[in-house]
Amino acid sequence: MLKYIAKRLLIMAVTLWVIVTLTFILMVTIPGSPLNSERNTNETVQANLEAHYNLDEPYYVQYFLYIKSIVTFDFGPSIKQPNQTVNELLGRGFPISFELGIITIVVALLSGIILGILAALRHNGIIDYLAISLAVLGISIPNFVLATLLIQKLAVDWNILPPATWSSPAHMILPVIALATGPMAIIARLTRSTMLEVLTQDYIKMARAKGLSPWKIVLKHALRNALMPVVTIMGTLLAGILTGTFVIEKIFAIPGMGRYFVESINQRDYPVIMGTTVFYSGFLIFMLFLVDIIYGILDPRIKLHKKGGA
Amino acid sequence: MEKILEVKDLHVTFRTYGGTVKAVRGVNFHLNKGETLAIVGESGCGKSVTSNAIMRLIPDPPGKISNGSIRFKEKEITRLTEKQMRSIRGVDISMIFQDPMTALNPTLTIGTQLVEGLQQHRKISASEAKAKALDMLELVGIPNAVERLKQYPHQFSGGMRQRIVIAMALICEPELLIADEPTTALDVTIQAQILELFEKIQDATGVSIILITHDLGVVAKIADRVAVMYAGKIIEVGDKREIFYESQHPYTKGLLNSVPRLDLQGEKLTPIDGTPPDLFSPPEGCPFSARCPFAMEVCDKVYPVTTVRSTSHEVDCWLQDERAKQLLATAEK
Repeated sequence: MLKYIAKRLLIMAVTLWVIVTLTFILMVTIPGSPLNSERNTNETVQANLEAHYNLDEPYYVQYFLYIKSIVTFDFGPSIKQPNQTVNELLGRGFPISFELGIITIVVALLSGIILGILAALRHNGIIDYLAISLAVLGISIPNFVLATLLIQKLAVDWNILPPATWSSPAHMILPVIALATGPMAIIARLTRSTMLEVLTQDYIKMARAKGLSPWKIVLKHALRNALMPVVTIMGTLLAGILTGTFVIEKIFAIPGMGRYFVESINQRDYPVIMGTTVFYSGFLIFMLFLVDIIYGILDPRIKLHKKGGA
Repeated sequence: MEKILEVKDLHVTFRTYGGTVKAVRGVNFHLNKGETLAIVGESGCGKSVTSNAIMRLIPDPPGKISNGSIRFKEKEITRLTEKQMRSIRGVDISMIFQDPMTALNPTLTIGTQLVEGLQQHRKISASEAKAKALDMLELVGIPNAVERLKQYPHQFSGGMRQRIVIAMALICEPELLIADEPTTALDVTIQAQILELFEKIQDATGVSIILITHDLGVVAKIADRVAVMYAGKIIEVGDKREIFYESQHPYTKGLLNSVPRLDLQGEKLTPIDGTPPDLFSPPEGCPFSARCPFAMEVCDKVYPVTTVRSTSHEVDCWLQDERAKQLLATAEK
């Protein structure tokens, strides 16, 4: 197990390095620079500024400077907002984005799994059709459309919930619904179909033949097996929720990290681009790693330490 | 002898998009305490459906026990509520399934799966349950039981898994064990071991066994009585000797002739020609008449009356009728 984790950490470091390198290449190939703006700056000032941010150095030197800043996790100050460091920006934005992301995942998982189980148990019944229609809607409607609809109806027309910002639990409801509906729909559909398959297995019949109660059979025998595919797609869903937060944060004016990520690219704010990219990708890679560990815990047939796997 | 189970005029139907399948069409049999009854027949003849009906494990919908009675001791199984049925399953009547590779949950240790039935039905502490589980593993012949309890199904071979399934079925000391093709998925040497295990368990616990199989070798080894099923009906029933040496129904004879035998060298096996009837619309007469070399006009039209040949031996065949015997006698002259 430890050996497996060590191996995975090494692979994660390599993945991160590839991401950083690609980001750097993209960054320098996009025309423009953080120091170009509408204002005409004096040439000496321009040269001094470039020298200050090491932008006059050859690319390979800049590249190594970035690698150094990543290894030490010190990205220096933002070029556009020189009074704050990238770490400060991340430190302020991340807890909010993290909160949004975690609440969304928990809501999506719980509601998706419950909906999926109910649909499977009432196969071809009313609950099943309702759940499936809801799931199709959830998958088809993009989160930004849902977000604007929710704001229009619940916040503007009916005035039940606050339309934007992130200051109280009531403020969290709309963004979480907007962000969680898509993943919830995917999880519900997947849970339903695997649950239907698992319920026909012999060991479920065996459990019934033992005289166990229906709920015990579902929770103890069926659910664990039915959740395997859900765990498998958790990685993809996490990535989806993470990128979803950029849009949702923008729509609901939530002061999370997503805003900096988008703005930094528009403004060619190199240190912020690097910082947010490394942070987001590092976080995602780590989550995928956790998913694999959970997989091994759920299914004893998967042995993490064995080469090649099961 | 005390009857532990009595099935009378059992009908089971399945509603499908293509129509209603009459899978079991009026089955009668009984089981005495401590004996082994084998139900034999080819695939699709209704033997598994019959056993599932006794456990009330037929999925409804689409399946339904549409008529008949199943009496287990003094209880009428067909009239029990689902909750009452749960207190019988695993406690009074247990079941063993065909494929031990799929009958165990891959994500739970066998210890968990062994004791859960016990803990569901008896007020028993975890350590007592574990002790009982160890006893059961010993009874079914699994060495190193203490460590084995903590292992998962994939760490056991097929034969070992079937032993565990048997231990699971017997842990609450049921009076009736229904074994649905318990050896079909195992290789031959393991089959023999499992059959010996059944005999050993029956000696030790006195459990009554219904053995569903299509393997006449298995029947010859452990059954006391045999019921032959065809197209949803029991067409001949008798004790083992009567079925193997004095079988009367052409279908039973056909089954026995299609078993490979080592002592008949160079002779070809005699298969039964044709296929079983369509159970969407089963024939009114004898379902075997279309394949029967001795079929008479009456066979296609009317289902034969049951002929009682001895206290244990009963046949549903028109050839048993006196008039048919006279006809045969005149034909021979």
